[in-house]
Amino acid sequence: MSEAAPRSPVPDALAFERPLLELEQKIKELRSLASGTHLELAEEITSLEDRLRRQTAEVYSQLSPWERVNVARHAERPLTSDYVQMMLDDFVELHGDRVFGDDRAILTGLATMGSQRFLLVGHRKGKTVKDRLACNFGCAHPEGYRKALQKMRLAEKLKLPIVTFINTPGAYPGIGAEERGQAAAIARNIMEMFEIKVPIVCIVIGEGGSGGALGIGVGDRIGVLENAYYSVISPEGCAAILWKNGDKAPEAAEALKLTGKDLLRLGLIDKVIDEPLGGAHRDARGTVDRVKAQIVEWLTELGQVPVEQLLEQRYVKFRGMGVPLGA
Amino acid sequence: MAWTRFGKKKDMPGGLWIKCESCGGMLFRKEFEQKHRVCGSCGYHFTLPGRERIALTADPGSFEEMFQPLMPVDRLGFNDKVPYDQKLKLTQEKTGETDALIAGTATIKGIPCMLAVMNFQFLGGSMGMVVGEKVARAAEHAAARKLPLILFACSGGARMHEGAVSLMQMAKTCGALALMHRAGGFSISVMTHPTTGGVTASFASVCDLLLAEPGALIGFAGPRVIATTIKKELPKGFQRSEFLLEKGQIDRIVQRAQMRDELARFLAYGTGRDPVAAFKPAPQATHEPIEVPPAPVEEKPKRGKKSKKE
Repeated sequence: MSEAAPRSPVPDALAFERPLLELEQKIKELRSLASGTHLELAEEITSLEDRLRRQTAEVYSQLSPWERVNVARHAERPLTSDYVQMMLDDFVELHGDRVFGDDRAILTGLATMGSQRFLLVGHRKGKTVKDRLACNFGCAHPEGYRKALQKMRLAEKLKLPIVTFINTPGAYPGIGAEERGQAAAIARNIMEMFEIKVPIVCIVIGEGGSGGALGIGVGDRIGVLENAYYSVISPEGCAAILWKNGDKAPEAAEALKLTGKDLLRLGLIDKVIDEPLGGAHRDARGTVDRVKAQIVEWLTELGQVPVEQLLEQRYVKFRGMGVPLGA
Repeated sequence: MAWTRFGKKKDMPGGLWIKCESCGGMLFRKEFEQKHRVCGSCGYHFTLPGRERIALTADPGSFEEMFQPLMPVDRLGFNDKVPYDQKLKLTQEKTGETDALIAGTATIKGIPCMLAVMNFQFLGGSMGMVVGEKVARAAEHAAARKLPLILFACSGGARMHEGAVSLMQMAKTCGALALMHRAGGFSISVMTHPTTGGVTASFASVCDLLLAEPGALIGFAGPRVIATTIKKELPKGFQRSEFLLEKGQIDRIVQRAQMRDELARFLAYGTGRDPVAAFKPAPQATHEPIEVPPAPVEEKPKRGKKSKKE
């Protein structure tokens, strides 16, 4: 896999954001000028704001898949921890897989959101450098997947539905991860999630990185945020293998059909959840509210379905993904 | 997939000799093929093409292929250098197979079973919609007919050309195996060199028994990806069958020569038959002794050859 791009205030992959950021900065300056000097700038500000809105809408309606991948990775994009903070009325974290350790790359806990109670399982990326390291940048080890499964079995027992937030570049490729059965842990989760007798709602909030995403991604409803992606391999990895050149990631992103819209067309997900204008990183509150509304809608809907039917539909759903010719 | 070869023909008269990719010894092709592509001196198990695997495993003439009409579709319009649908056609012509998995019913030493074998020759045994569909159908058929299921895995992982469709085959196959487990069906996964990525992280790891051939590379991430990520050299034998056995990840390592007998023994345990009788090696078909001519002497690679390249 290729190295991450060097960090700068606006990475090249987010170059399309530069004019928007400049406009935003200008509006900010004008505002502070207006409040400091009692200058009559309201009209100018309004017109700039209009321009910003138009330009943002234009830029964001034309994002290439690779640009969207980079929005999905944006440093200020709301993470699982933001959803916990902004969406829930109560959250009790539950730690550990009872066997090896507590993988911070996956968060599990009991949650209350209005009248809904559920188990939350989500990849955790961390906000600060220290946090990010502790969470391994959202790359889980086998114990993370085993923790998720153990808590999902608890949810089943307590008859609580399950909501998963997917946001990972992929499961961690390391020595310890392999020694402790990374592949088997993911496989077991995928298989057992077909058997869990409570509704499961999965939302891809950022990066849906391959098996590491699917390890908590088998559910009755799958939603993908507008600027999130879900892919069999990272664009960089795909480019390195098929193009023999990691720099061809933009081409690979295009070819992989990894955006919400594509996934919906391919029949792999149920819905693309719109983000506020200019992406989730511009309006965390607005994003969280939309995700919340979607979860409520789906959990209410799924709560009516008898368990046997629920499990059958879950199987039929995935069974019908990728139908070969002559089937 | 540079780490797997089927035993490359050397540029020697008629491709009579093959160089062992493990010990470097020269193997006489005829003898090598009679030993089912196992190196006579170091025991290295080369990747076995799917049809040869079936011939080696099933009772002669017992294999009845199923789900053969299933054909892959280029849902993404994927194009790296060659368009995927063109790549598929070329590979189909070259291999004579429709995709990377062959499935059907068979008997092994008289015991009926469902057999699904991956074929590495078809785009690195990668799992796309056809592999996923066939595994799912095999598991469903096995569950419905109360047949034990044997899956031979041999794959570089999910097929990138099918994008997230291939990713979802992990779910499809695991869902089918869940169904089979619920029905009380008996499943055996045999991981052969190599078994990595989305195949290891799905159906190959959730069967009742996990077997592996000696020295097979088995893992989630490929060794190169891991080495690049951790920026360290990987320990010797890392991700090989013996390593997995030591770490408690698999039930047994089985030599290719014993595979049929071992499978029959397990099938007997799983179907209420006599394992002792099933395990007894069948009388060997007597082969004409092969006369091995003296091996050709290999030219030593010239030193400094690389540095001259500008």
